[in-house]
Amino acid sequence: MSGTLCIDGIAVPFSDGQTIIEAARTAGVYIPYLCHRPGYAPYGSCKLCTVKVNGRTNTACTLPAADGQTVISNSPDLQHDRQRITQMLFVEGNHFCPSCEKSGNCQLQAVAYHQNMLDNHYPHFYAQRELDASHPDILIDHDRCIFCNLCVRASKEKDGKEVFGIAGRGIHKRLIVNSPTGKLKDSDISVDDEAAHVCPTGAILVKRSAYLAPIGERIYDHHPISEVACERAVLEAGAATGYPSCDQTKLPQNGGPDSHYAATMPPAPDIKHGR
Amino acid sequence: MVYGVAHDFSIAMGHDDSTKLPSNSKMNTFIESVLVQADYKPERLLQMLRAVQAQYLHIPQMAIEQLAAALHIPRTQIIAVAEFYSFLHLTPQGRYDIHISDSITDRMLGKEKLLNYLAEKLKVKVGQVRADGLVSLNNTSCTGMCDQGPAGLVNGYALTRLDHSRIDVIVQLIEQQAPLSDWPAEFFAVDEPIRKPGLLLNQPFNSGAALAATFARGLAETLAEVDSSNLRGRGGAGFKTALKWRTCSVQAATPHYVICNADEGEPGTFKDRMLLDLYADQIFEGMTLCAAIIGSDQGLLYLRAEYLFLYEQLQRVLQRRRESGLLGRNILGRDGFDFDIEIRMGAGAYICGEASAQIESLEGKPGIPRVKPPNSVICGYQRKPTVVDNVETFFAATHIAIQGGQWFAEVGTPQSTGSKLLSISGDCARPGIYEYPFGTPIEDILRDCGADDVMGVQVGGPSGTFISSRELQRRIAFEDLSTAGSFIVFNSSRNIFDIVQNFTDFFAHESCGFCTPCRVGTTLLKNQLQKIVEGNGAAVDLEELSELCLIVKNNSHCGLGDSAANPILSTLASHPELYLNQLKQSSFTPGFDLDATLAVARRMAQRDDDAAHLSQVEN
Repeated sequence: MSGTLCIDGIAVPFSDGQTIIEAARTAGVYIPYLCHRPGYAPYGSCKLCTVKVNGRTNTACTLPAADGQTVISNSPDLQHDRQRITQMLFVEGNHFCPSCEKSGNCQLQAVAYHQNMLDNHYPHFYAQRELDASHPDILIDHDRCIFCNLCVRASKEKDGKEVFGIAGRGIHKRLIVNSPTGKLKDSDISVDDEAAHVCPTGAILVKRSAYLAPIGERIYDHHPISEVACERAVLEAGAATGYPSCDQTKLPQNGGPDSHYAATMPPAPDIKHGR
Repeated sequence: MVYGVAHDFSIAMGHDDSTKLPSNSKMNTFIESVLVQADYKPERLLQMLRAVQAQYLHIPQMAIEQLAAALHIPRTQIIAVAEFYSFLHLTPQGRYDIHISDSITDRMLGKEKLLNYLAEKLKVKVGQVRADGLVSLNNTSCTGMCDQGPAGLVNGYALTRLDHSRIDVIVQLIEQQAPLSDWPAEFFAVDEPIRKPGLLLNQPFNSGAALAATFARGLAETLAEVDSSNLRGRGGAGFKTALKWRTCSVQAATPHYVICNADEGEPGTFKDRMLLDLYADQIFEGMTLCAAIIGSDQGLLYLRAEYLFLYEQLQRVLQRRRESGLLGRNILGRDGFDFDIEIRMGAGAYICGEASAQIESLEGKPGIPRVKPPNSVICGYQRKPTVVDNVETFFAATHIAIQGGQWFAEVGTPQSTGSKLLSISGDCARPGIYEYPFGTPIEDILRDCGADDVMGVQVGGPSGTFISSRELQRRIAFEDLSTAGSFIVFNSSRNIFDIVQNFTDFFAHESCGFCTPCRVGTTLLKNQLQKIVEGNGAAVDLEELSELCLIVKNNSHCGLGDSAANPILSTLASHPELYLNQLKQSSFTPGFDLDATLAVARRMAQRDDDAAHLSQVEN
């Protein structure tokens, strides 16, 4: 089935099997996410991509696109909740951007900037989590794990291994490693595995690569995540710039995509599609 | 099958020395026998881990390795399961593993004092294993004995009506290392006080009658009767049963499965316990006629771990039905209608009452609710079309098959036909099971159960609604107060915050942790509520609490997160003044007490004059 849905007043075409978030991305419309990754099985746990679909709350990364859907993504209410959910992730773990090797390349950080997150809002949990530096090439800093499950899926679906799992219940969730000792060095992960590179935060890092790109020359130092997430999709789809609009009466009150970001951040350098 | 058994009831507690230092070959042999019993099926992982836990008091590393290799599953799955369920452990528990039910009704019956008394007598801290390994003591979520609490579990078996004198005896028995079979039987006695039978509980029943009626009338015709009865799911959600069955029956994918959800975990609910205890035959018959209608040859009963005491007798009922030709091949002589039922035990997780989480659990995984769509009726157990219904729903279906839809639909309200079983507990003279036609007002129910001086009623358990004494005209019905059957009465001596905190803590404890808003949000709710209740909240904290409630409610993955804030939201609406009275009148609350922190410096300087004190807030 293919057709068109309407996201915040923008007409978004979709093809067979696409979820709302993928249809949106392909059309250059950004809906924030952390546990999603193009080409991966939908998971739906971070809840950042929560949208209203025909008036009902749903996650854009799991719901199949359907013809005629009316999707609201950037309403003040949804943007507010998205910021709060991001803040929850920040207080749950230990995320110290200034001292993190991933800073500037980190999706969590970039999503927080996108949402104009200026503080943690909630009391910090001061979680006590251990570091696994046992592997010669790969490091796990559990402080930064957000339980997005991407490494679990990458290892299973892409690498044909099952190196990672998520154990525990509720606030006691933890990332675990499939090895007799529980240490990464005794698992069958390889530095070439997709699982070693898929982490959206700095929880799984390839050693000796942290500062190959200096701070200031990293992906999100120059382009907001809203552009980075969509650019590749737009290129692939060969879409033109500019958004075809659908019914203007369905626009959210404070504007279209990224209006919140645009209103609160200095203008990002113009990204030229097809560069 | 030993799966129903936590620690074997009949075997003396002085296990063989395997509990201390398991010898490799001995453990290998034991695990092998567990694997054989489970037919090497990874979906029976929970059952296997229950058996290992019972034998070794935890899931040893060696067992994980052996099970992972034999079942061809990653060890991470086994660890994830062991950590997810409350009654499985990666470190050894006591040979007597005691859990005390922490439901609000247990607390109202003096549970906290009893727990402390027990801890003191046993010389063990709550949440710990005694150094000699003899005993471990823990809190646990409601064990479904609210009508006969304070309650608990010892090695998985239900203890009821705990009091100081019983605890004295229990402590003695433990210190003497007496096997559970030598404990007084009355300690384990579970009464089923049916105070008010109605439409269903009063119906006579002969085994096979509903199946015979179904076959005589025809399958499609019987489904039409279920349809015209307008029976809706009794687990609380109220989905129309006939629609679920019809949808499943037309799915092309095979096989189809029937699951009976007996994971009655909502605090304050115990009506399924009574049905399973006294009416099991009728429940199994309901499952069987469902199987005939949807075309299924395999049924599963998911029994909550707390109802272990029912396991053996349920197996006996199944065996009797097999011997009577009501289960097995060619049921009632009907050529080609084969169906059997397997009982699988849970291991302590409220979330597994949610249908898709239960299916995950039945597949040997942590009970994490699935992403919908697809619904489990299309893609359920083993990714096949599956009907999951509540115990009471199957019970009602059995009688609808005999009496017809009209008989059922004449009772209740147009949207909520038939009757509802209520588990009534708390501040009333006659706690127990009551059956009412839908549409019955709360005040009638309170009169029947002998409740006066009512401050409020929690209808539907923590995930339901708090009804204040000003709202007692409201009715039990899907269109008004929907409930799976929990009905807890509070009199005016009760502190609302005790109730709300107990419920809020419960959700934080039971959150599966899959999605951010529930995983983090339920703990934030717990902490924020505590801050206000303890008198450390300012006006802004109350605003923050309200906002947080809505974030958790509006963004969570499943019904648990959706309802986790209900206790706070409904009492904020009914008793705002209580919350306002808790607030500090200052506009600023420091994060720490500067003056108290200076106490050490004052002591060292040996001064205590005014100038040695600093205040952060102007008085």
